[in-house]
Amino acid sequence: MTVSELTQNGLTALTLPDGDRSIEGVYMGDLLSWVMGNASTDNAWITIMSNLNVVAVAVLTDVSCVILAEGVELPADVKAQAEAKGVNILTSELPSYETAVKLYELLR
Amino acid sequence: MPEPLVFHFDVDGNDFTSAGTASVTVKKNLRQLGLPSEVIKKLSIAMYEGEINMVIHADGGTADVIVGESYIDIILADHGPGIPNVELAMQEGYSTATAQIHSLGFGAGMGLPNMKRYSDEMTIDTRLNEGTTVKMRIYL
Repeated sequence: MTVSELTQNGLTALTLPDGDRSIEGVYMGDLLSWVMGNASTDNAWITIMSNLNVVAVAVLTDVSCVILAEGVELPADVKAQAEAKGVNILTSELPSYETAVKLYELLR
Repeated sequence: MPEPLVFHFDVDGNDFTSAGTASVTVKKNLRQLGLPSEVIKKLSIAMYEGEINMVIHADGGTADVIVGESYIDIILADHGPGIPNVELAMQEGYSTATAQIHSLGFGAGMGLPNMKRYSDEMTIDTRLNEGTTVKMRIYL
């Protein structure tokens, strides 16, 4: 499934500069070093963090998109940076766990 | 032997949110050189952790990336307080970061362990009240 397809299934795109990225698995976490140590390339990354460092971590780990759970808002400067760096950011009104369950259903 | 390619960066100690500029730039440059993506990922994550450490603990520093024929070196140097107990600092989960740093998603005590994990060789030269130099090597 691609990131664009995900947005047709109840998740809203906040930035979508590279919607053709394929999603292979999911990683969930808010501690950025932990995410960098464990997220795999092409994972969808579910988090509640929405500061500028999230964009850097998404670039460095090569995740296919960031999904902000719990309807967390994306500051304008972070949005601009994500677009500049080609990072897809989606938002979900659901908490992290329910978002992960939804992705599990969509990806299997 | 051809001259190695060197990238030099100053890491601004006052700007936590811009930390990562050097690593993200290096990642882009190395991609243009056509290096394997797994090598680039390891290197750029190791470097980012180092950048963050310099911002959190040492008021910034410098980062140099030297691309040789068979390996890449990353040299991170600061004039911060030094690391009193390197063995302790290397333990996963050990952190001296503040609550403010935690609120930004850092301070999990995974910085140095990740740097070791993602590099093939790592040496730490630290002197109290003088500074720290971390050298990481990743083989191509």
